[in-house]
Amino acid sequence: MPILSPSDADRVRAMLADLPNPVRLVFFTQTLNCETCEPTKQILGELAELSSQITVQEHNLLLEGDLAASFGIDRVPSIAVVGAQDYGIRFLGIPSGYEFMSLLDAIQVASAGDSGLTEASRAMLAGLESPLSLQVFVTPT
Amino acid sequence: MAVESGKVTSFIVEASEYPDLVRQYRVSGVPKTMVNETVEILGARPEEDFVRTAVGGVVP
Repeated sequence: MPILSPSDADRVRAMLADLPNPVRLVFFTQTLNCETCEPTKQILGELAELSSQITVQEHNLLLEGDLAASFGIDRVPSIAVVGAQDYGIRFLGIPSGYEFMSLLDAIQVASAGDSGLTEASRAMLAGLESPLSLQVFVTPT
Repeated sequence: MAVESGKVTSFIVEASEYPDLVRQYRVSGVPKTMVNETVEILGARPEEDFVRTAVGGVVP
């Protein structure tokens, strides 16, 4: 039973029709003690079927801890959204509801390599000299 | 922001799945953004305000 309804799938397919570059969804999961890992896997699988530019790479957090650490990831389910380069975009938790829209947005941004931010915002960010970590807490609805 | 600077990493956290993080960062409403685990940005802000606050670590 798909999570995305046929009409939702059509809308998402249209949104992703113009992705200029491939995007990898590097997905960290585990088999035990993770209620949302399996549905996350299903959502990502359905998403990858809607665009030839999207691929999903599944990894086990426990078996591939070093790889997870290289992405700054230590929880499941987690997703690194990687475009032409790894821009540092991560999702913790199942991307359902509003977070699914955020994931689509992140895929578009990573594919284009363009933030869509204003010139003033870009100028402020260009001057950054030390690491800046953002944790944005959201809820699905 | 993460796309614009190699210095920026951005984690979108589904709050209801991580009660430990919610407690650690005293998240009582969403969206809430933690900058370098210390500076809090509450709610949605106009883009340039948000960037200025995050980059400067100063609430305008």
